This record gives sequence, C-alpha cells and structure tokens, in this order.
Amino acid sequence: MSLDSVKRAADTPDEPMPYAELGMKDDEYRRVCDILGRRPTGSELAIYSVMWSEHCSYKSSKVHLRQFATKAPKSDALLVGMGENAGVVDIGDGWAATFKIESHNHPSYVEPHQGAATGVGGIVRDIMSMGARPIAVMDALRFGGADQQDTRRVLPGVVEGISHYGNCLGLPNIGGEVVFDPCYIGNPLVNALCVGLLRKDQIKLATAPGPGNKVVLFGARTGADGIGGASVLASATFEDESQAKRPAVQVGDPFMEKLLIECCLELYQADVVVGIQDLGAAGVSCATTELAAKGTGGMTVDLNLVPLRDPTLRPEEILMSESQERMMAVVTPEDIPAFMAVCEKWDVPATVIGEVTDTGRLVMTWDGEVIVDIPPGTAADEGPVYERPFHEPAGQSALNADGPERLPRPEDLRETLLRLLGSPNLGSKEWVTSQYDRYVRGNTVLAQPADSGMLRISEVMPGAEETTRGVALATDGNGRYARLDPYAGAQLALAEAYRNVAVTGAAPLAVTNCLNFGSPEDPEVMWQFAEAVRGLADACKTLGVPVTGGNVSFYNQTGSTAIHPTPVVGVLGVIEDVATRVRSGFTAEGLRVVLLGDTRDEFGGSEWAHVAHGHLGGLPPAVDLEAERALASVLVEAARDGLLEGSHDLSDGGLAIALTEACLAQGVGATVSLPGDDAFVDLFSESASRALVCVRPEAFEALAELCGRYEVPCYGLGTTGGASLAVEGVFEIPVAELRETHAAPLPAIFG
Amino acid sequence: MNAARVGVVTFPGTLDDQDAARAVRLTGADPVPLWHADHDLKGVDAVFLPGGFSYGDYLRCGAISRFSPLMDELIPAARAGLPVLGTCNGFQILCEAHLLPGALTRNEGLHYICRDQGIRVENADTAWTSDFATGQEIVLPIKHGEGRYVADAETLAALERDGRVVFRYVGGNPNGSLNDIAGITNEAGNVVGLMPHPEHAVEELTGAPSVDGRSFFTSILKRLVNA
Repeated sequence: MSLDSVKRAADTPDEPMPYAELGMKDDEYRRVCDILGRRPTGSELAIYSVMWSEHCSYKSSKVHLRQFATKAPKSDALLVGMGENAGVVDIGDGWAATFKIESHNHPSYVEPHQGAATGVGGIVRDIMSMGARPIAVMDALRFGGADQQDTRRVLPGVVEGISHYGNCLGLPNIGGEVVFDPCYIGNPLVNALCVGLLRKDQIKLATAPGPGNKVVLFGARTGADGIGGASVLASATFEDESQAKRPAVQVGDPFMEKLLIECCLELYQADVVVGIQDLGAAGVSCATTELAAKGTGGMTVDLNLVPLRDPTLRPEEILMSESQERMMAVVTPEDIPAFMAVCEKWDVPATVIGEVTDTGRLVMTWDGEVIVDIPPGTAADEGPVYERPFHEPAGQSALNADGPERLPRPEDLRETLLRLLGSPNLGSKEWVTSQYDRYVRGNTVLAQPADSGMLRISEVMPGAEETTRGVALATDGNGRYARLDPYAGAQLALAEAYRNVAVTGAAPLAVTNCLNFGSPEDPEVMWQFAEAVRGLADACKTLGVPVTGGNVSFYNQTGSTAIHPTPVVGVLGVIEDVATRVRSGFTAEGLRVVLLGDTRDEFGGSEWAHVAHGHLGGLPPAVDLEAERALASVLVEAARDGLLEGSHDLSDGGLAIALTEACLAQGVGATVSLPGDDAFVDLFSESASRALVCVRPEAFEALAELCGRYEVPCYGLGTTGGASLAVEGVFEIPVAELRETHAAPLPAIFG
Repeated sequence: MNAARVGVVTFPGTLDDQDAARAVRLTGADPVPLWHADHDLKGVDAVFLPGGFSYGDYLRCGAISRFSPLMDELIPAARAGLPVLGTCNGFQILCEAHLLPGALTRNEGLHYICRDQGIRVENADTAWTSDFATGQEIVLPIKHGEGRYVADAETLAALERDGRVVFRYVGGNPNGSLNDIAGITNEAGNVVGLMPHPEHAVEELTGAPSVDGRSFFTSILKRLVNA
C-alpha cells in the first residue's frame, strides 16, 4: 500500500476518497478540501471524519445545548463549566469535585460485556484528566422488557462488564438505575457516571501550551480495537449487521487503568504535567487536535513512535484506534526524566511522540513523510453545526389526549401493591448491584438502594485541608414521562435526582446529563431533543443548579422506531457534615411517619398504568420547581438540625412503593393512615415534589414549623414499628411478604 | 513505648490498601506501606495483605504476586512466626505462596458477590482473632468472584481436626466453599487468611453495618504489645 502523503495528495487532487464510508457528507468533505486547499490525505480524512462525527462534534445538538450556558444560573461553585473533559465545582474547604455522565449505548448492544466495561473506563479517564482522583462510579442502565429474550443476553453481559471493570479498578459503585421497557430492546442504554476529587487549586486542563514542550503518550499500546468506532458506531443505525461490527468495539484492561490512575496521581503530585487529555473516542486524532487547538496552536507528531500492539497498523488506523487505557500529556523537556520515572514505577509504558509548536499547524509524519498538515482548530472546534429541522410528532396530541382517566381503577389495593412491587422496574435490583463493590476505599457513607450515593471526603492529598464534608450523587430519568412531554420529562428527571440528593441531607449543587435519543435526522426525534434540552435548561435555572457537562447519544433507534426520549440527569450535592446524613427508610421503631408535599390525581406515564394496563398516554405529573426547591430546603435544614431519623423520596409507584421500600430498608414496619379521601390516588399517584420522612415524636413540632416556614405541606401519617405495613382501612401486609415479593422478579428471570 | 508497626502491602492492582491502613491506624497502630518490588519488610511487627486484583489476576488470583520481591522476604518471615493477615486477594496470595493450604476458586454461582455476610468465629486463639470469642457470630462484608475454598479431603480433615478453620459462613454459604469455610490459619496460628473484609467494618459511618472488623486489629495489637 502506498503512503498517502501530503505531497501525494497535492499531486493527485482528483483521487476519490472514501469519505462517505467514513460517515461524512458531501458538503462536509468539500469543506475539508476548502480548509486544506487540496484533497485531504487518508490520515487527514481519518481525523476529520472522526472529529466531525456526531459523537465528537455534537453537530446536531450544539445549537440546543448552548442554552445550558445562556440560561445557566449564577453559581459561585462552578470552577470549570462545559467544554472541558468534565465540569468542576467548588465543594468547600479548598476541595473541588468533578463529575460527568456519558453513554456507551451502541457498543453495549453489540458486545455487552466490553461495551459496558469500556464505558466505565472512558468516563473514569475523563475524570482523571481533570487532575482528580476518581472516587466512585454509578450506572444508569436501561434494557428492553425484562422477559424479552435479548435482554437475557444484554443485561448479564452489561452487568458483568461493569462489575469486572469497576471492581478491578477499585472504585465503589454507589448507585444508579436499572429500568426495563420494551422500547430499549434493540437499543439498551448504558450511561456511566464517575465522580472525582481534587484540590481546588490543582485543576488540570486539556491544553498544550509552550513551544518545545514534549507530547507524551502513555498507558496501553495501540491496537486495532475500536477502529472507526466513534464514527461508525455513533453515527449509523445498525439492524442486522451488528455481527459484522463486532471488531469496532474496544476491549478494556482494568488493571492497566488502575495503574494509570495511580500513575497520573503521582504525576500530578510531582507537578510534572502542563496539560493532559485522555484518549477516548477518536483516540490520537482527538487528543492531538484538541490539545493543540487549546494550547499554543501547533504540534508535531511522529506516528512511527506510537507504541503498537499490532505492528501492521497503518497511520490512518493508528489515528482512529480507540484502544483503551491511554492518556496524552504535555510535559516540559526538563520534567521528562521525572515523568518517565513515575511511569516506570507503575509499569506504565510512556513514549515521547511529538512536540508543541507555535506554527498553528498539526503536522504528523510517517516514515519521514508528512501525512497530516492541518490547522488543528478546524478539526477540534470548527466542525459542522446543523440546525436540524424539527416538529411535534404526528400523534403527539392524540397520545396526550389518551389519558389514564379511562383506565379501570382497582378495588383490591393490596393486590395492586404486590403486583407493582413484584414487577421488574419496582422489584429489588440486588441481583445487579450485589455484583458491584460498594465498599472499596472505605469512604462509602450511602450506596444503593439508598436514594443517593454518598461519600465522605477523606482522601489524603498533600496540602489539602481535613473536612467533615461529603458529596452525594443521584441519577434519574423517566423515558415514559419524556415520551408524553419531553419538556416536562426532562424537568421531572432533574427534579427527582435533585430530590434524591436532598433527602439524604445534601444540598444539590450541580448537574450533569446524558441525553439519549433516536436519530436527529428525524424531525420528530429532533423535536423531542429540543424540548428536553429547553426543559432541562429552564429547570436548572429555576433550581439554581448549573449543568457542568454531559453527553448526547443519538441514533438510539432500530429502523424508524426510536427509543423513548430519555434524558438521564445526574445531580451532585454537598453535605457540610457527613455525619448528619439521613439514612434511607424507617430506621427504628416508634418514629412518626410524615409525608411532605401534596398528592394529586396523576397517573399519566405511571408505573401503575404501565404494569396494570400496559398504557402510556396523557400527561406526566405536573412540574412545580418552586415546590421542589422548598422541599429540598426543608430536607437539608432538617437533616442539618438533626430532626430526621430516616427519609425516602416518592417517585415511581408513589406513596405505596415509598412506604414499602422504607419498611424494607431496615425491616421495620409501620402503621399509617392516608391523608386524602381516595386511597388509590393517595397510594399510587406519582405527583412530584414529595418525600417521606420519619422523626422522633418530640421532633415533629420542629419539623412542622420548618415546613410551615417553607410552605411545604406536611402530613403525619402514623408510626413506625411492628412486622407489617398497615394502611388503616386498606390493607396490612407482613414485611416478610413484601420482601419476598420485592426480591423475586430479577432472580426469576436472570437466575 | 513505640506504637506497633503493621505493614500494608501494595502490589500493582491492590485496591483495599488505603482501607487496611486506615483500620490499622484507627486501632492505634502505625501502618507502614510496603511495596511489592522491594526486598524490604521495613522491620514491621506484622503484615496485612489487602484485597484487590494484584497484577490484574489474569492468571490465577495471587499466582503472580507470590513471586514478587516482597514475598521473597515475607514467606520466610511468616514461617518464622511473623503475624500475617491476608484478606480476599491477600488470602489467595497466601494460598498460592503455600503459607496456607488449599485454593480459592470461582464462586459457585459464577457471579462476583458483594454483600454483608454472617460469619462465625471458630477459633479465637490465633494472632488475629484473640479479641473474639469462639462461636461468636459477626457480620463482615464479602466482595469477591473467586472465594470458593477448596482443598483435598485429607487437608480439610486436618484443618477441621486441628481447629484451623477460623471462620465459617453462617446464614447461607455465598460461594460454595467446602465446609462453609470463610477463613483458615496455619499450624502456628500466626498466618490467617479469610475472604471477608474486616477493614470495611471498622467505622459506624462507612462500610458495612457493623464494626466487627475492629477486633482483628485489637487482637494483633494486644499480641504485639504483650510480646
């Protein structure tokens, strides 16, 4: 094969290039030719095709995502916002937290184990590249119907992939979601979140300043895995060809990633890193163009120096390879020996492959010939931007008009509760979460099934203050709500994650999001996307929590059938004294059970409508962000003042499920009466902005006073204790029976 | 009097070393970091081999670690009576190093399991269990994919006969271990290996809903102080 050098490209202007096969449109290719003043070389085409793919360039979503910046609430906590590898927020006492959620949906369908594993690996490297020590992970997972055949292939593989990779990495898995819906059968969603900790004054950025500084590639060697993954897997739908695409999925090595974590932390401590970037989608192409574009503007790279696992790789393939566990750093020449010594200590291969320049050009050579000569910003930042057309889906108003009012309501509420509790979405997720290490590193204060995961901050970092603080994290999303109304659905996802953080006593601080949708080329899907982003940006503004980063996953569809629009929202909160955290559910006997918030007759998109009638129609529960904010204020203040003995948010399945889960948390029963006059509505409505708490009887007055101050409705329901959940005049169910029903569904299906 | 010094070993891929060091510190002893590549035990009074996936455990768990420079020092020292505790991967390494008999194989259910597990103390006379009472039931977290203890019939019989089964699972065997064995000791009682994680059960606020792990560290501390 002859080498397609820059000189050859200039000499053969009419040679046809396979841009269409690489997912590039005609006009995009023409623009590359215009930028370069000639046709691109094969290597340049590799770079532009991956950097301008939907996955890397956000070309369809960019115009909408801008609202996260333009509508961002004023926040003193925001240290690094969108556009970097991950956002960073000030959590007090000189500490900062960085967190982000990212999708690995398509690879997880093709090869569930490796797809999910490398999803964890990728998000962890994003967090490392901010200068942080990763301290925990979470996973928001969505699968097809639990009893559908392909779910039995995908779910065990995904869980095993996360389990193997995350456990070997030594990061506690502290929460997340597992949701089943037939709409995800051909498009499972694997959204992985990582949170990291760093000193506020030690943030690292992806930048390559200073001509003469060295470019170091370190970590695993480069192989053929994931070649074309970014552009092929992220921008095309796959139906029957998934077998053929198997080689495009990356394969992970968690041991190397663990070494990389410890190695990076020592490099940061030794202060020998000027700029750093992880290698994820688009590998070397992405790292070099982004580092160069954000630095002094130029870089030279000798691709022959890239250490290879497969010596037959061509330069185009090296540029596109998505081999895992690799990082790129910019290091001053004086610091190179110290840098290499740290890498050697951790057995991490490291190689100088280039140098920073001020030429404004990214120049790469192979066998002494120039094969890439481009202005890096044109690949990294100046990708195409599309104003995709969008309109409300045909049938949307009919869907909204088909409300749950027409559904027959049950007489036997005991049977209804047990039926919901024993359904895959509301049943115990222990089959999944017991495969994750939630204890490693010894800082886990709360983990699943708690409302949010919580970690104390006791990392040992030179120069860092000791602190009593902790961070809490929750992710939530509800595709059915978003299908009925994407604007409200995105807001409800935020509201639930925000509430889940607040019920543990932490004050919500910042947001990350993973926006999972169908094809942006479908105007109806694009409408869902536009509405969801608008809703989320508006709600973040009202709740005062800025979006710090996230990820968009398009093309989650099979044929013309898209998944439900599924914005997944992660909220990070801070608790000033982690010892005041509130545990989940009923934690002792003899406590007053209190419901906070009002209940309306709201069943659109509810679990009851889904389980009992297979119905999806009407409108989701009403959003009241002011009520949400007031509720969170009550919860955070009450926790701080030591009023709460236990708490739990109300969401899917309403009060009935919240009461049940509160009983199951510590095996403590309760006797309650319902506040309204319709027991079915009281028990199963999914009205937002509600939480269940329990307090010592003598603390009830203080809680009621606090609720009065924030105008949060507050209803004493009864008392904890006994071995059953008794709802006066409705039913009494032994806790043991609840536990058995709750534990049954996943083991029955997955063994 | 100087505090007792307990070495905590870090191999590449060790994960629970921070937890182990914290547990040692909370009990009033000094944790001393030991590095796999050093031929140096730094004169410690006891050694803790924590859990993780040393060297990636791509072969058999612990199979590579036993050949590390540090183990060259540790193996003879343990045979000479140095107290050594191995949890999880540390237990696997002790078996691979033949400081303890038997082997740990893939869990019966083939899944990694993380849960709070009931355990009965069967032998409160070892260096690491003297603060327990024989027959005491405790709760410690387990988190492993390869914790199924196996040994030939003769070895098992000898372990049982000599009271060298130190811990047994109660309330359900999580991994198919023979005789419900969760942990064992050597003939001298100075080397103890177990799959559960005492270092994750030493504080009220974090880890497992128990502080039963503390007694491992108070046991060794008393022994070292009285030595």
